Amino acid sequence: MSTTTTQPPGPETGPTEAALRHASLPRYFPTALLASCAAVVAGVLLAFSSFGAILWALLTAASYVVITVTASARVEGGRKATDRFVTSLVYGCFLLAIAPLVSVLWTVLRNGFDRFDGYFLSVSMNGVLPSMDAGGVYHAIVGTLAITGMATLISVPIGVMTAVYLVEYARGRIKRVITFFVDVMTGIPSIVAGLFVVALWMVLFGPGHTNGAAGAISLAVLMIPVVVRSSEEMLRLVPRDLREASYALGVPRWRTITRVVLPTSAAGLTTGIMLAIARVIGETAPLILTAGSSAVSINWNLFDGQMMSLPVFIYSQVRMGGAVNYERAWAAALTLILTVMLLFFLARMIGRAFAPKSAR
Amino acid sequence: MTTTDAPQAAPPPTGRRRIGDTVFAGLARGSGLLILLILAGVAAFLIIQAWPSLAANTANFLTTQEWDANVRENPAFGVAALAFGTVLAAAIALLLATPVAVGIALFIVYYAPRRVAAVLGYLVDLLAAIPSVVYGLWGIGFLAPQLVPVFRGMTEYLGWIPLFSGPASTSGRTILTASVVLAVMILPIITAMSRDVFRQVPQGHREAALAMGATRWEMIRLAVLPFGRSGVVGGAMLGLGRALGETMAVAMILSPSLAISFDLLRSGNQTIAAHIALQYPEATGYGVSALIAAGLVLFAITLAVNMGARYIVARGSKEA
Repeated sequence: MSTTTTQPPGPETGPTEAALRHASLPRYFPTALLASCAAVVAGVLLAFSSFGAILWALLTAASYVVITVTASARVEGGRKATDRFVTSLVYGCFLLAIAPLVSVLWTVLRNGFDRFDGYFLSVSMNGVLPSMDAGGVYHAIVGTLAITGMATLISVPIGVMTAVYLVEYARGRIKRVITFFVDVMTGIPSIVAGLFVVALWMVLFGPGHTNGAAGAISLAVLMIPVVVRSSEEMLRLVPRDLREASYALGVPRWRTITRVVLPTSAAGLTTGIMLAIARVIGETAPLILTAGSSAVSINWNLFDGQMMSLPVFIYSQVRMGGAVNYERAWAAALTLILTVMLLFFLARMIGRAFAPKSAR
Repeated sequence: MTTTDAPQAAPPPTGRRRIGDTVFAGLARGSGLLILLILAGVAAFLIIQAWPSLAANTANFLTTQEWDANVRENPAFGVAALAFGTVLAAAIALLLATPVAVGIALFIVYYAPRRVAAVLGYLVDLLAAIPSVVYGLWGIGFLAPQLVPVFRGMTEYLGWIPLFSGPASTSGRTILTASVVLAVMILPIITAMSRDVFRQVPQGHREAALAMGATRWEMIRLAVLPFGRSGVVGGAMLGLGRALGETMAVAMILSPSLAISFDLLRSGNQTIAAHIALQYPEATGYGVSALIAAGLVLFAITLAVNMGARYIVARGSKEA
């Protein structure tokens, strides 16, 4: 940058100057090299007629890294070469993480698309033999809606009230204890939540009772800590001034919370709750234990009989193992993923649209 | 200061307590305590229902590999093989996921252009939104067949390492496949924790390193990584907890057998969670109770790992 030539050169600055001014690779070098690597590797692979997307990506990445590091080491020296090596490594890590995401979405879309239609979504498996080319997921959608809905109804009041307690009331030791155990509770394996309800149901009703309500409670155990954590963060964002203004007007504390604090954070709370729903709507293991895995007909009653749900439907179809079963499983997976994605993006949109202006 | 104003400036909840306040505070407090109660209830009910089978068990629960519990009397079962499989699968997943997750976190915080960084962070969060049963389906439907030739190559060229001794499974449904899927599933949580702590590195530390002429990598090595170590370790342990308890992906991918085996490329091993999901529908006699006992072991392991993780994270943020 600065032109060292204008400075009067001292008698022995020769070597120092050389050490200060390193040659460096041009800015366009990485992009150009990556493009040419990709082209050359593609050409070579096509010449050997063994073109595969994964092989191509791997060889391109490898040749890019090798050439960059050697070129950099020769021109710029060891430290810069290490830096460039790590940079390519870090970019590689990110691509490595995106690869499974793309792969999962693409596989589900490609395999699930054939069977994913109005018929599939609107009929149940009642009277359909596992190997027949018929049947659909309506009963599973019904079950998923009912069970997840009830789980939400249970966990939202408990979760939000706990968050209110932690933010507005709790002080000192009890606050630390509850926060810690909420964190620990987020780590409960889903299958253990299922076993908990199984054990509870055996004590309350005796063995052999599977119904939707049991599934809903097991999901609520998994959902409550998620709701608490997200609501807590949202409630903390409410400015102190708002609360104090309300107190100054003589409004009692509980009216302040219900009329000022909760409405202010409503959008954030909604986002958190929707993300929590997206988390539990795909839970499978607890529902296999609590809501059963063999229901084939439509059942809206949470308190009587087995209830199918989308994730359990996928699992049970895979266990049957025929070609038609796999097709059904993929189509159901597509249904489930679309539902989860919809919730996910809707939540983000709400969060962004109604975010308090001062937050950014 | 204004001592004369004291009566007026007193905090609101003096004198008469409003009934609404009392009720609302009670509800909030009750919810908080209910959570503690639920957690205690999970432990209590699991112990109550596991007890009959543990008392009747004729084998040592902790050292036996066989699972012979679906009988009306004299069950003989143990979690040795299951616990081994659980820890092995989770440990491999952790080894695979942690370096990549740290790389992603560094990428999002320090390498990616500011504007797209948020969107890229999103994409990684989307990985966490995909249900585990879909990962399982992807594992058997796509990944396992893809990995078969890779495994064959590994037994051929790396077979001298005991872990990779052949013959490789022809279905690809091995513990290594399950671990790869688990690694993908725990990437988001380790990334999220690392990202948070990398963001908190004081700007002064980073600029000091850069001012001394450090390259970006040297800045990260000298300023970011030492500062972020506790966050990364805590995140990795949370990921470990998740991998230990993950059920469906493992249950769908592994073709199970109850053995203690280090052969990563052959069918074998099983995890506690997957075993419960697979066995539960067919459990009779002492079966259910025995599965609950296995669940209790899983609960204890994950509880210990999670508490350790939270402790490390909390201590790290206190030091900062």
